[in-house]
Amino acid sequence: MAIRSVLAPKVEIPRSLYLGLGAASVAVILALWCLLTYGGITPPDFLAAPHLVVEAGIHRLSTGSLIDDTEASLTVILAGFFFASILSVPLGILMGSFKVVEALIEPITGFMRYIPVSALIPLLILWIGIGVEEKIMVIFLGTFFQQLILISDVSARVSKDLIDCSYTLGASRRQVIWRVLLPACMPGVMDNLRVTMGWAWTYLVVAELVAANSGLGYMILNAMRGLFTDVILLGVFTIGILGLITDMIFKFARRWLLPWSAEF
Amino acid sequence: MPHLDLQDVTVRFAPKRKPEVLALDRVSLAVEDNMFSVIVGPSGCGKSTLLRLVAGLQEPTSGRMLLDGAPIVGPSAERGMVFQSYTLFPWLTVRDNVMFGPKLKGQSAAEAGRIADELIAQVGLRGFEKSYPKELSGGMRQRVALARALANDPRILLMDEPFGALDSQTRQLMQELLLSIWQKHRKTVLFITHDIDEAIFLGDVVHVMTARPGRIKKSIPIDILRPRGIDTLTSEAFMSLKRQVLGLMHEEAVIADRG
Ligand SMILES: Nc1ncnc2c1ncn2[C@@H]1O[C@H](COP(=O)(O)OP(=O)(O)OP(=O)(O)O)[C@@H](O)[C@H]1O
Ligand SMILES: [Mg+2]
Repeated sequence: MAIRSVLAPKVEIPRSLYLGLGAASVAVILALWCLLTYGGITPPDFLAAPHLVVEAGIHRLSTGSLIDDTEASLTVILAGFFFASILSVPLGILMGSFKVVEALIEPITGFMRYIPVSALIPLLILWIGIGVEEKIMVIFLGTFFQQLILISDVSARVSKDLIDCSYTLGASRRQVIWRVLLPACMPGVMDNLRVTMGWAWTYLVVAELVAANSGLGYMILNAMRGLFTDVILLGVFTIGILGLITDMIFKFARRWLLPWSAEF
Repeated sequence: MPHLDLQDVTVRFAPKRKPEVLALDRVSLAVEDNMFSVIVGPSGCGKSTLLRLVAGLQEPTSGRMLLDGAPIVGPSAERGMVFQSYTLFPWLTVRDNVMFGPKLKGQSAAEAGRIADELIAQVGLRGFEKSYPKELSGGMRQRVALARALANDPRILLMDEPFGALDSQTRQLMQELLLSIWQKHRKTVLFITHDIDEAIFLGDVVHVMTARPGRIKKSIPIDILRPRGIDTLTSEAFMSLKRQVLGLMHEEAVIADRG
């Protein structure tokens, strides 16, 4: 048995094969889509044909409504993610390395991480209304507690020897925190921000479930009432592409900001 | 007066929900100025614990520890340490890693840079000043770690199996390099290993520890002339010292094995 076979675990495969397989899987899905729609197997109000989705896209771009919806959603996602990150990064780093902070926050995060954000929406509406703040809050709550747990883990994994070594080089406790613990956490922080950015996108439709009048999630929900599957698919693709773009931005930012760290 | 003086030092660990461990039992050890002292002992006998005590990273349960007559409290730049694991700061270049200590002390960038450049040259890494640790081999990383510890001009240099993770060829080269640098700086060194060849090759004196709870079983002066080289390893004097240390270590291994 050849252990260098492409089917052996953890064996590198040629780049051409890698890209080829990726293209093939996309092609199969597209072909299946065409077959189902143009082949007349499914009715249009079950699944819109590809050209209808493209047409819907062109139409909504020309009227500007797709741009407006994208802008509304991006505002909600970026604001929620920004506020969550700006709090979770310092708090998570402290929580992972200081037992005092861990003891204080652990019970709350341990509890909150299992609560679906959608379960909190009624309360959020009662407390902060149905404006954009409520939607930002949904994204915030959906990402903050997850980030806190992931980042505290990053901080807890910083090598004890690295910290001890800094002390023997003459660093004070304060200097160890600022000059060693903090930079040592950065690659892990970036990786987890990237992952949770992806999660933030998945909360979008939930955030725009109630009392929205613009946004990609709203667009999808609205289209559902009229069985406009072309618009639904347009919304889904737009979210997917925007998610992909933010992911790429994080990937390149990490490479650019932290050239010293190994890729993950 | 000995440079470093440990008197009846005991360390007892009381981990949560686990039985107590007596790691060190009334250890007394004197280390003379400018000497290269090596500690060998079976795995788990408390060697690292002993070194961490001297570094100030840990407190003894009881006993006294003096450096030049002053009690040791907490870590300090005057007791530099090289760890077995790679502890370079990955976000700093080789040069910035070596400059870390001098800069903390408030030395000017120019002065810190001068110290760093000289030490980098001594450990044979000229040309790698701007490299990041991820670009270096294990042996190179430990050479930088050595240069970084020396940059503080510590009163004692503590080394905890610094070459433990290296292959045997690299290890031999590192030992020779360490000796040549030591010859220049004449620092007081306390070096830990469980490799008997390494202990005898490097040391002026080898302290053999007992199995846990660790005590100093015997201190053996190594009267092999310096400079030592590859021929030392096969010399008659080396062999006879090795037989002696091996015998002591074997007794302890048997005891450790019986639990
Ligand atoms: N923080 C700790 N809590 C509890 N037990 C500990 C702690 N640190 C060390 N010990 C125990 O103390 C004993 C001595 O440990 P130490 O690391 O000093 O041994 P060592 O001689 O360096 O071993 P090795 O050769 O494997 O490096 C071991 O039994 C170890 O399990
Ligand atoms: Mg050890």
